[in-house]
Amino acid sequence: MEIIERSAAQIAREVNARSLSARDVTEAVLARIDAVEGEIGSYVSVLHEHARAAAARVDERVDAGESLPLAGVPLAVKDNMCLVGTRTTAGSKMLEHWRAPYTATAVQRLLDAGCVPVGKANMDEFAMGSSCENSALGVTRNPYDLTRVPGGSSGGSAAAVAAFEAAIGMGSDTGGSIREPAAFCNLVGFKPTYGRISRYGLIAFASSLDQIGPLTRTVEDAALAYDVMAGKDPMDATSIDRAVEPTATHLRTDLSGMKVGLVKQFGTSELGGEIDAVYRKAYQDLQALGAELVEVELPTADYGLATYYLIAPAECSSNLARFDGVRYGMRVDGADVHDMYEKTRAAGFGPEVKRRILIGTYALSSGYYDAYYVRAQKARTLIARDFERAFAQCDLIACPAASSPAFQFNAKSDPYSMYLMDYYTIPMSLAGLPALSVPCGWTTPAGADRPMPLGLQLTAPLFKERDVLAAAHAYEQKTQHAAAHKPAIATVGA
Amino acid sequence: MSSEKIDVRYVAKLARIALTDDEVERFGAQLGDLLEHVNALSKLDVSQVAATAQVVESRNVERVDETRPCLDRETVLEEAPQRQGGFFRVPRIIAE
Amino acid sequence: MSTNWEAVIGIECHVELRTASKMFCGCANEFGGEPNTKVCPVCLALPGALPVPNSAAIEHMIAAGLAFGAEIPAFSKFDRKNYFYPDMPKDYQISQYDMPLTQGGTVRYWLEDGTMKACRLTRIHLEEDTGKSTHAGSGDGRIAGSTYSLVDFNRAGVPLMECVSEPDIRSADEAVAYLEALRRTLQQLGVSDVKMEEGSLRCDANVSIRPLGATEYGTKTEIKNMNSFRSVHRAITSEIERQIALVEKGERVVQETRGWDEVRGVTHSMRSKEQAHDYRYFPDPDLVPMEIAREIVEKVRASLPELPHARFERYTSQLGLDVKQATQLIDNLPLAQYFDAVVAASNNPKQATNFVLGDLSRLANEHETPVHASPVTPEHLAELIALVEGKTINSKIAKELIERMWRGDGSPKAIVEKEGLAQTSDPAAIERFVDDVLAANEKSVADYRAGKTNVMGFLVGQVMKASKGKADPALVNGVMKRKLEG
Ligand SMILES: [Mg+2]
Ligand SMILES: [Zn+2]
Repeated sequence: MEIIERSAAQIAREVNARSLSARDVTEAVLARIDAVEGEIGSYVSVLHEHARAAAARVDERVDAGESLPLAGVPLAVKDNMCLVGTRTTAGSKMLEHWRAPYTATAVQRLLDAGCVPVGKANMDEFAMGSSCENSALGVTRNPYDLTRVPGGSSGGSAAAVAAFEAAIGMGSDTGGSIREPAAFCNLVGFKPTYGRISRYGLIAFASSLDQIGPLTRTVEDAALAYDVMAGKDPMDATSIDRAVEPTATHLRTDLSGMKVGLVKQFGTSELGGEIDAVYRKAYQDLQALGAELVEVELPTADYGLATYYLIAPAECSSNLARFDGVRYGMRVDGADVHDMYEKTRAAGFGPEVKRRILIGTYALSSGYYDAYYVRAQKARTLIARDFERAFAQCDLIACPAASSPAFQFNAKSDPYSMYLMDYYTIPMSLAGLPALSVPCGWTTPAGADRPMPLGLQLTAPLFKERDVLAAAHAYEQKTQHAAAHKPAIATVGA
Repeated sequence: MSSEKIDVRYVAKLARIALTDDEVERFGAQLGDLLEHVNALSKLDVSQVAATAQVVESRNVERVDETRPCLDRETVLEEAPQRQGGFFRVPRIIAE
Repeated sequence: MSTNWEAVIGIECHVELRTASKMFCGCANEFGGEPNTKVCPVCLALPGALPVPNSAAIEHMIAAGLAFGAEIPAFSKFDRKNYFYPDMPKDYQISQYDMPLTQGGTVRYWLEDGTMKACRLTRIHLEEDTGKSTHAGSGDGRIAGSTYSLVDFNRAGVPLMECVSEPDIRSADEAVAYLEALRRTLQQLGVSDVKMEEGSLRCDANVSIRPLGATEYGTKTEIKNMNSFRSVHRAITSEIERQIALVEKGERVVQETRGWDEVRGVTHSMRSKEQAHDYRYFPDPDLVPMEIAREIVEKVRASLPELPHARFERYTSQLGLDVKQATQLIDNLPLAQYFDAVVAASNNPKQATNFVLGDLSRLANEHETPVHASPVTPEHLAELIALVEGKTINSKIAKELIERMWRGDGSPKAIVEKEGLAQTSDPAAIERFVDDVLAANEKSVADYRAGKTNVMGFLVGQVMKASKGKADPALVNGVMKRKLEG
């Protein structure tokens, strides 16, 4: 198998065994990036020099006898995460030229574990979007069909891993931004429990929802990356101070003794016959692995979207106030400071970001706060309670990860139709639950000449990351859906 | 919950975003649409429900009162859109 | 003030807390320094940075609240106050909206005549300071007419308590006395330096007037830009006069913010039309709520020092000090603590007051060394007081001794014994001194007997001189008089 196609686990094993050097892995991946970036566009910045220096350090450490859990693994860092000395844009004109003077905790932990950062990945501006089309800094295409979107907002990280331009992609998920692009790009995408992984150095979208997680080609790789990133960080007051159970060493090959809940409200028949069949088959496969299937109800799940589209914009309206042209980033001059603010923010933010800032500002403004913001926070309580009740009957909930396979560019011109893509992922985000998307089959959209992947979402109660990853691994090993089709861009020499 | 039209100009002023007349109209319509969807929440009875600000409950996460190294001033000011000596420079401030 | 009117005043103070580091990051909390050298990703609001609260600042808040008898709720949280300003890095301030760390309480203070007063507090909440803008281009540093501003973020993120009073204050004198009490208390708790000149205490006053005896409030104005207690006094006095003059002319007071002009001695309108602020407060999702355990509250309460108003009552009603003496001591806590030690060792508050505020304070001034840091220990001073009390030495010797103690000569008792400085009260010895002096000054004796009784002082002085100052002056006087008149 080509170096670039190997999993993170394989690469780390070989680099630790010194049968492969981090340098060779890095050169192979940089060559791949140089070859395919013109078509895929995963990265906002490719970090040739940075990567080579990091690889040299990994090789030195391994030569000195250290064993690193992710030795030499090429890493795509979503461009809303700070890496000292690199441009960190959040996909926005506002930060197009901003260089981070510090490194995000999650990124640092991966680097310490031996990862080699090869690039800063494209994304929807400030992580607002589900297709990567909202990036102000470039187009990212789906490696499985270049006419389609990679999903979003972590679309660049997803495309990079799917196109073998990295083995691990770092994503951030606020309402589905890891799980949806994972589903669109035939990947595993894992959002841990809210607060498991430090947000320090992650450019905030909605603070009470944002969570960092990995996008990988195997469940094992997701587990390895999670194990390294998870854990309390003194720099993030919302990071959880609770022992992290290692997951990579506890992956399973069957589901005996597990109860899997199917959500009554999440029927798949309206998703289309072929897609419906994929999910029915997926549930059968879970049963075949030994799981007991039970029906559960999430009566308020339908309110997830409405709740989310008040809370997330409210928080973002405040989080994005700091982009004001005073200390860093873009400035458009004005007659006075208010004029400067208004012009800078008008020019620096794209339409989706403006929409959300406006709706959030409105939801918090005098006279509307109780009717919108407070009511949404209460609805959130009801949604979390629904999950609690459902998890009294089961260990995991299985459902789709997205409302459709990857769609074509410009297919969703109405903002609300784009928001609907996250229908299945938002409730879990609101409840802070660990949730993962794993490849579960293929469908050929009308008029398309290539099949596109679909994702099965597995959700567990708070802090049960181990159950999600263990079950996903068992399912992945049995079904091997990801291997059924190759990306549209061939690997070198393949 | 109301379904009234958003005063987009007022909201944009609070948010410090200059909007063209076109944008006022377009955003106004889009936000109105979104609000209609969001108004579904008024069907939920939340009278007896506590608000959830954070799903994972924790308390008293504090820091010991100790100093840490600051950033180097040049690193800080290199990013300034406009600087003057050791300061960030901004256009004139109008007292509100 | 015209006798028909009463002023109603409430005061809002912002007090920077004394901590090693800032409120939400590890940057040093220090006054001054080269601009933008005490900043980090958090206090500069760089993308991705997050706040973590300083536990010492929260403890300071609890101590301050308890010192003023405020309630410390079991639950508190931080909220975001959203508004744009160039020296506020996040363009929101982390503050407290509906669940402040302290609620209610009372500031007890006294006036120059010793009257005790009380002003209720609405609340004290915890927030973070902004950076500092210097307005340039106008020549006078003022915002009006400036063409640009320069921003320094060193102060951004310094922990700040906002202390809001009820409108219980009735005069400029009371306002200043209130502020002094607040300053003393916070300083003595060690929670702040409370220096107006360094900006660690800043205050605004809400002022209105109403007919004497009325219960409703008049329209208030908010006075800003007062940079010293003196300017607080002048500004409030001037504003009260302005409002009375307006109303007596039949005009109305307009609700507005007015700036104090130190040079011209008047307030001027800053914002004629009050903007309706829409701060969009909401709980800060980057921070978690605070639960304040009752044991912690009780621990802090038990560790509170004696507070200024309690000390004032003790000094004036128990120890018999006058208002000025008591205030002088209370305003200098180490001196007050020294004084307390002297009183405890001597059990003579009157002499302790005289020596501490008299000779010792004078020496402290001359030598620019605080009394408590001088070689004169409270125990040695108590010894000296006992020597005076027991008439072992007279006041003249006492004065000499205290100078020598300041120089480090140690125990006054030891000096007196070693050098035989004890007062001579032996009648026979004194008679001998008197006889010698009378014999040597026949002319003066004759003068006295001729009616020039004022030579008495000269003759007594000669006796004191002959006894090297040790003769008991009262005894000398008696013996002398008897001999001259007998
Ligand atoms: Mg304040
Ligand atoms: Zn700082």
